[in-house]
Amino acid sequence: MHADTTTIVRLDGVEKHFGAVRALDGVDLNVDAGECVGLVGHNGAGKSTLMNVLAGTTSPGAGSIVIGGADLTGAYGVAAATRQGIRCVFQELSLCPNLTVAENARIMHPSFSGFGWRRRAGALIVGKLDEIFPGHGIEAGNMVGDLSIARRQMVEIARAFSVTDTPAALVILDEPTSSLDAHVANQLLDYVRRFIAGGGACILISHLLGEILQTATRIVVMRDGKVVARRPANEFNRTTLVSAMGSVVEERGEHTAAATSRRSSGEPRVRARPAAQTDKLELLAHQGEIVGLAGLEGHGQKEILIGILQARKRRSDMAYVEGATALVAGDRQNEGIFPLWSIARNIGIRSLKSLRTGALIDRTKEDDLAAEWRDKINIRTPDLNNGILSLSGGNQQKTLFARALASDAEIILMDDPMRGVDVGTKQEVYNLVRREADKGRTFIWYTTEMDELDHCDHVYVFRDSRIVADLARDELTEERVLHSSFEPEA
Amino acid sequence: MPAAVKQILERPWIWVYIAAIAVWGATMVFTQGQGGGDLLTAALAFATFSVIVALGQMMVITLGPGNVDLSIPATMTLAGTVATKVMDTQDSMILVGFLLALAVGLGVGLFNYGLIRLLQIPPIIATLSSSFLFQSAAIWYNRGLRIKPPPQLADIATRDVLGLPLLAAAVILLAVIVHVVLHRTTYGRAVTAVGQNTRAAALAGINVDRVRFQTYVFCAVLAAVNGFFFSAFSGGAALNMGQAYLLNSIAVVVIGGTSVAGGFANVPGLWAAAMFLFLVEAMLNTFGLGAGIRLVLTGLIIVGVIIAAGGQKTER
Repeated sequence: MHADTTTIVRLDGVEKHFGAVRALDGVDLNVDAGECVGLVGHNGAGKSTLMNVLAGTTSPGAGSIVIGGADLTGAYGVAAATRQGIRCVFQELSLCPNLTVAENARIMHPSFSGFGWRRRAGALIVGKLDEIFPGHGIEAGNMVGDLSIARRQMVEIARAFSVTDTPAALVILDEPTSSLDAHVANQLLDYVRRFIAGGGACILISHLLGEILQTATRIVVMRDGKVVARRPANEFNRTTLVSAMGSVVEERGEHTAAATSRRSSGEPRVRARPAAQTDKLELLAHQGEIVGLAGLEGHGQKEILIGILQARKRRSDMAYVEGATALVAGDRQNEGIFPLWSIARNIGIRSLKSLRTGALIDRTKEDDLAAEWRDKINIRTPDLNNGILSLSGGNQQKTLFARALASDAEIILMDDPMRGVDVGTKQEVYNLVRREADKGRTFIWYTTEMDELDHCDHVYVFRDSRIVADLARDELTEERVLHSSFEPEA
Repeated sequence: MPAAVKQILERPWIWVYIAAIAVWGATMVFTQGQGGGDLLTAALAFATFSVIVALGQMMVITLGPGNVDLSIPATMTLAGTVATKVMDTQDSMILVGFLLALAVGLGVGLFNYGLIRLLQIPPIIATLSSSFLFQSAAIWYNRGLRIKPPPQLADIATRDVLGLPLLAAAVILLAVIVHVVLHRTTYGRAVTAVGQNTRAAALAGINVDRVRFQTYVFCAVLAAVNGFFFSAFSGGAALNMGQAYLLNSIAVVVIGGTSVAGGFANVPGLWAAAMFLFLVEAMLNTFGLGAGIRLVLTGLIIVGVIIAAGGQKTER
């Protein structure tokens, strides 16, 4: 390996064990200036741990860390990482919700001090947002907690790329596009290309292989805590990349054949109209149907999901719903998990009434229910009594699926639930959703990923809190969805 | 170490029990074994009153950050005052007095939650301001006169069988029931779910408003019951009778291993913490230390026990 001056980071034989779990098992990685390293692997392959090591938040059990030519093994931490210009955008966002955008910028850049620091910090962050995400609509004085998850992610990204007295030499992006819609995600990937062309370096972690193949200059594949392949990006294609990760690609044609539109003429189970709807379009969902909600992030899809979810409890004129509802949250931390509880309790919470014997919750029933769904949905854990936080992000998400599917709900609402979930898991879940729909359940599925609309029988496109297009399965094309998401109708 | 022993040592409350026993032992060493049984009986008798209110406070605190009931002392005073005045030392009126105390508790709970929900006042402010109203109502109702409890009620409240106070036995049973409610009923699960992640709880189909309402009412009713029995125990309702229970109820909850941040509650620890707080004071009094030193030591011992109890584990 050549040790010239453009090498920003070199890791040799890095190991990290958590109890019996070997999260990192002797990993070598080097990143040079001017390259974007794509890092892929299944959930639990060790990607996030590796990034934590680079960010200085986790210290490795063995191995050496060389940054900018200096051996920092043992002396490496968050402060050293910051000095060396290593920046991280983590999968779980790290902004303070009770502070404004400008104040959050100050947290990372202590050089803003004295009178007028808010104004200067705000100018820096908004300038960077303008550069990366033109038309972002975020102001320096916005409270972060009031921003949608996509906008929070944009602020976090802009903050990581902004430069004050410390450089931004290497920016690590861990699933940066998982909550961004296609348009904003492309803005980011374009910026990453400009950034590395200017001599910066990036590590891009993503489950969207298309993104990796388009953006990365070099791809590193991890499996079970080890690097199993590293090659220039142009030597990979989708199939070889997936097989390097160790999962089998399913041909997409097979699915499409099965999915002709199956809209029945019977009474719909769900009938909903956004509050802002002025014309006659309304959302209908029948028994056994998978209905997709498309459009750019934050255009009213979530509101209608919540409206449908709570329609039976609060009489609302937004939605008429026949049957019990359950939600699969996409914003795991804020809307999904109960962090102090075991996996089993997190699954059982939506089904407590049926888990009772007499007035009391029967633990055997609760454990049996959890065990049944662990097997059905393949939650990777040695013990369902372990805390939910012992699971990787993807497996936490599966737990949330299990919670909804194990319940008595006939209508399952999904709020972009595939954020940060790996390809193999996604396939498993898609198949499961189809099987459950065949059994008669109704799914209403908000997604920011175009590919997932292929699994839907019927798609509604949202813009400005309104339904603007109603597409049956055979009318669905990417162009039509994009067209409806952006263009006002003639 | 055998698995069973290890499992017990992992319980967060076990250290508080160990501390309580150690404090009792230290007192016994000092007095050369004199009056050990009496001391335990006294500790049980006083801890009973701490535990009744702490059970309610624990549920409220478990609802999550910002939830605390500061109206407990005033509720105790109001319920005790109203009940003793209506009973007017008549044994035949005991049941009426008790039902009246329950009604006071119910009214207080409704009023508190009304302030919190309808007027959107933070619980800490809502219960603080309502406590002034309840305290004033108690003063207005009885002009501060102390009326003795009916003799039979006083007898029930102060009697013990083989060193175990009757009331303590009843409250141990109550604690067992609350423990089961907390862990094995949908209501208990809902309280801990709301305390961990209110938004997730609402989206998982839990009626958050109803759970919070029930919890504030539960807490107020227990405070009223405590006021009823404490005025019987101490020879009549006094206007300041609840004062000690404001901080005591919170301290017992926290030392007992319940998370101040909400979402995790612990019933067995309440008894340990209540006994412990009483025994520490008794021990320092026995040692004959000055008031200043007593306070310093009490503080240090509490900090020590909380550190020993350590971090929390995932519940199961």
